[in-house]
Amino acid sequence: MSAPLETEPPLARFRVGDRISVRRAYPPGHIRTPWYIRGCVGIVDVLYGSFRNPEELAFGRPGLPPQPLYRVRFQQTAIWPDYAGARHDTICLDLYQHWLEPA
Amino acid sequence: MRGHHDIGGAEAGPVDREEHDLALWEKRVDAMMMLLSQKNLFTVDEARFAMEKLPPNAYENLKYYERWMAGICDCLLRRGVISADEVGRKMAEVKARQSESA
Repeated sequence: MSAPLETEPPLARFRVGDRISVRRAYPPGHIRTPWYIRGCVGIVDVLYGSFRNPEELAFGRPGLPPQPLYRVRFQQTAIWPDYAGARHDTICLDLYQHWLEPA
Repeated sequence: MRGHHDIGGAEAGPVDREEHDLALWEKRVDAMMMLLSQKNLFTVDEARFAMEKLPPNAYENLKYYERWMAGICDCLLRRGVISADEVGRKMAEVKARQSESA
């Protein structure tokens, strides 16, 4: 991943600690949001900055405007109904803003 | 549609946790990916997308760096950096060289 582009918090819709849900969307193409996390609710952990959109870069286009990229934390038990690990286990995913909605 | 590469959470059986030494050709493929993307001949996202579009059995039948090679080749062909004929001729040349030395 290259360095974040100049657009920092002004474009960012979410702040650290916000509750978000991942869009239940199924577009074609190069999608970096894993299937299993779509529709799940998590908490924003980090705002990394903004990066060119890989969904556009995959087609050889510029990927602009850059999309804010977040690290989002989810409870494992909320994702996997039969999760056998500790109840407080979490998993973090890097997700682009256009995949997130307020929850 | 769920891509055949998007397998997080799917049944996968036991995980092979053993470390493997990389062969010279694997290191070369890695270097090629870095160099070509640094020279802006394509983006890593284009190469990843090309790998995702390989036939479903590519994930079972091809090694990790073989998939990289297929992705790089697809990008270079689409971007017009090399032609299919050039790739075909080179592959035939390498094959002939290998069977000579065998």
